[in-house]
Amino acid sequence: MSLGAQGNAFQSPELTKALAERIDATLQGRPLRIMHVCGTHEHAVGNYALRSLFPPSVKLIGGPGCPVCVCPAADIEQAMQLARQGLIVATFGDMMRVPANQQSLADLRSEGADLRIVGSVADAVHLARANPDRELVFFAVGFETTACTFAAAVLADPPKNFSMLTSIRQTPPAVDALQTLDDNKLDGYLLPGHVCAVIGLKPFAHLNEQGAFLSVAGFEPVEIMHGLLLIAEQARDEAPRADNAYRRLVRYDGNTAAIRAMQQAFKLADSTWRGIGSIPGSGYVLRDELETLDARKRYDLPPSENIDASMPKGCACGEVLTGQIAPQQCPSYGRSCTPPHPLGPCMVSFEGSCRIAYTFEGFDREN
Amino acid sequence: MCLGIPMKIVSITGDRAEAVADGMHSDISIQVIDEVKVGDFVLVHAGYAIEIVQAEEAEETLDMLRVLLNVKKPDGEQEAP
Repeated sequence: MSLGAQGNAFQSPELTKALAERIDATLQGRPLRIMHVCGTHEHAVGNYALRSLFPPSVKLIGGPGCPVCVCPAADIEQAMQLARQGLIVATFGDMMRVPANQQSLADLRSEGADLRIVGSVADAVHLARANPDRELVFFAVGFETTACTFAAAVLADPPKNFSMLTSIRQTPPAVDALQTLDDNKLDGYLLPGHVCAVIGLKPFAHLNEQGAFLSVAGFEPVEIMHGLLLIAEQARDEAPRADNAYRRLVRYDGNTAAIRAMQQAFKLADSTWRGIGSIPGSGYVLRDELETLDARKRYDLPPSENIDASMPKGCACGEVLTGQIAPQQCPSYGRSCTPPHPLGPCMVSFEGSCRIAYTFEGFDREN
Repeated sequence: MCLGIPMKIVSITGDRAEAVADGMHSDISIQVIDEVKVGDFVLVHAGYAIEIVQAEEAEETLDMLRVLLNVKKPDGEQEAP
């Protein structure tokens, strides 16, 4: 993918439209319900209005591909607790505005707590080095794409005043959980390009045995449509495969150095996904030998067990995250919940389906 | 977000590298990729290279799609890294 590059061939309107026509010809009206699990895919689909190009029988549904959205309120409350104790707490920009139980980190910042926005874990490490007399905690929220950078940071001898409050989740267990939903009528999944660049296609391949069609795609319009064409061909042939429409970045076995770093830094744990519930083995926590870098152990925070998965009052994010409703079907969407005044995380996060829908479709009171 | 920027490696020092994209130079970590060399394109996410971009694969995919869909390559079009 290439941000801002002119004449990027993967943005070609001719190829994009030709792919849409080919998908239509391949399916010949056969219905296809595909879920993606990446907010950046939803953003690209919205940005290029790709759904307007699909044949009417094809539905691409947004799933829980938003790590900020699925971060439980209890984890945010722990970050708040540390900030109230006078530590510097650094995190990503959209994480600051997510409502926990009563307030967001941004609200706490306006009360004087030292909360800093960073664009990467490297920035947080840099901040820690620049403030040697203070303790700094990085609130580490992400899926695998970002988790490998968190692992790199903890393994690269960070300063003594640095630690992490982790809220890291893995994508394959979430997809497995989606498969078990009673009313799951999905035919397959468009897999997340950069998660797969890190972990490969292998962790998802077993879904073929359950009849799911799979293809991993990049984030340009040609790449997304190519991924969907490969799924359409699998559907036409009734032959589930794990196809790769992102060969320039995704290898079947993934990036072994990044996987190794995550295995060295983290161990598996059960994890609660806000709006969804507990998903076994879907989280990463710091390994025991790295306990000085684990903010929960370092500052004696109670472990995150039996965590409440609820969204704020009036927020139907959970149903949006599992693809049961579209953002526009939430009664609060565009009314009591808008980007300047969000009720819940899906309207806050850059990867949240509601914020993306609002950004690209506006709000039409006639709907 | 999963936004990543393809950048070209211009120099390497240990676990760090200088990379460039669209004239913008960045100091990045190459700690979590193996076997990268000067001249390679890498996908940079949050200051870290997370994978090497296989430019030939990009070219092959585009060529294959153009043939499949009977779409001509526009004159003067820049290739994506």
